[in-house]
Amino acid sequence: MKIIDCPLNGPRNAQEFVCGGEVRQEPSQDAAIDKWADFVFLENNLQGVVHEWWCHVATSYWFIVTRNTATEEIIATRRPDEFFAGLKQTDGTGSE
Amino acid sequence: MPLALLKYGFRRKYKGDKYFPEARPLRDTYDVVIIGGGGHGLACAYYLASDWGIADVAVLEKGWLASGNTARNTAIIRANYLTPAGVLFYEESMRLWRSLAGELGINLMYSERGHLTLAHSDAALRTSRWRAEVNKHLGIDSELVGRDEIAKLCPEINLSEEVRYPVLGALYHPPGAIARHDAVAWGYARGAMHSGIEIHQQTEVTGIKSHVGGSIELETNRGSITAGTVVQAVAGMSSEVARMAGFKLPIRSIPLQACVSEPLKPFLDPIVVSGSLHIYVSQSARGELVMGGATDPYPLYSTRSTLDFSERLMANMLELFPFLENAKVLRQWAGIADMTPDFSPVMGMTPVSKYYIDAGWGTWGFKATPVCGRCMAELAATGKVPDLIRSFELERFGRMEQVGERGAAAVGH
Repeated sequence: MKIIDCPLNGPRNAQEFVCGGEVRQEPSQDAAIDKWADFVFLENNLQGVVHEWWCHVATSYWFIVTRNTATEEIIATRRPDEFFAGLKQTDGTGSE
Repeated sequence: MPLALLKYGFRRKYKGDKYFPEARPLRDTYDVVIIGGGGHGLACAYYLASDWGIADVAVLEKGWLASGNTARNTAIIRANYLTPAGVLFYEESMRLWRSLAGELGINLMYSERGHLTLAHSDAALRTSRWRAEVNKHLGIDSELVGRDEIAKLCPEINLSEEVRYPVLGALYHPPGAIARHDAVAWGYARGAMHSGIEIHQQTEVTGIKSHVGGSIELETNRGSITAGTVVQAVAGMSSEVARMAGFKLPIRSIPLQACVSEPLKPFLDPIVVSGSLHIYVSQSARGELVMGGATDPYPLYSTRSTLDFSERLMANMLELFPFLENAKVLRQWAGIADMTPDFSPVMGMTPVSKYYIDAGWGTWGFKATPVCGRCMAELAATGKVPDLIRSFELERFGRMEQVGERGAAAVGH
């Protein structure tokens, strides 16, 4: 995992990116505190295929990386609109 | 002792004390099952027997004894933390460390070197002063020192002002120590086995079922076991094992890499840490420089080594110790660290009854081995959370009561 194929900038050195954590649904503003605590602190931290927000720092561009946390392989990089459009067609949870 | 050594030295047939007996068949039930045969799990087993007389215990280890983070840390022991909860906890650990070699009958090579946390910015100086005051208030030997004192304590450090991050001062913690990490695990394992506790290597837990108000059933690759109480101590795989038990943790699994140099003439007395330069280094009794840095930049369950890490670490090492430019790195490795949002561990109750957790040890777990093992043993034996670890309960996140140790637990912030 040395090169990340950024949807905006093309293949770039992985050091130019930061990981912003897994894609997850934000609770509603009036959700109970335990829902918010879960959202803020708890992690699925899955060993396997995950969908994460990543940012290309130089261009402040956020996009979605699908990668395997056991093998360190990048499976796909997608624009957010592309990723979320794909989600709507499946079950909406982001799991594959 | 020296005479006894001589006697054994001349005896041809002396086989020594056997550390680890042959594998036994797994029984169907145990009072307590500890998942994870690293330092923490083995310490918990040892104290269950020695403090509470509970010996119907099995320690399950999926690989080899202490083959995970116990063998991969950089063996630094200190108590100069930032929060009172952290300081008191680690201070108790240091108290146990000092008499541990005698208690376990094994040479831990516990060596008090002094611990210098260098500050290269006003912000770092402020944090150092804060830590020194909290430490002194709680009776820990810890103080802020200036450049002159650093030059006396460790004349090898490059104190030039013509570098990117000149050294402005340091937090000095005289009792800071290093120890032989493998021996800690072996000593606890042997002690636990002498009391009749079973240690099963190559035994991986593959499923966990809890029965309401009763026992916990563990599926393993060697058959299923019923346990009265379970202690989970599987740093690195905490989230995956907790998922089997049915709950989530505030943990990201992130690799932490380290390396050692070839053996060099002894020159570095104290342990030297720099948050701004993302390094910590000590010299082992063999003369190797044991070096570590910041965690990797993203979560991963792989213990591969990267060139990015060693390049960055060496660039920073050479800023502090320019004379090492021709020294060679002997080996490099990684462990999977349980990183928590507040840089404090997670110990205590879980949503599953009689299933206790010992996790979230990020980059700070080795030094806590004795105290954590002892507290987890007390919890498993009595069902009550000891005061010393009450602040570190999993529930703290639900109450938004984090124990913020970032300024004292990590480099690279």
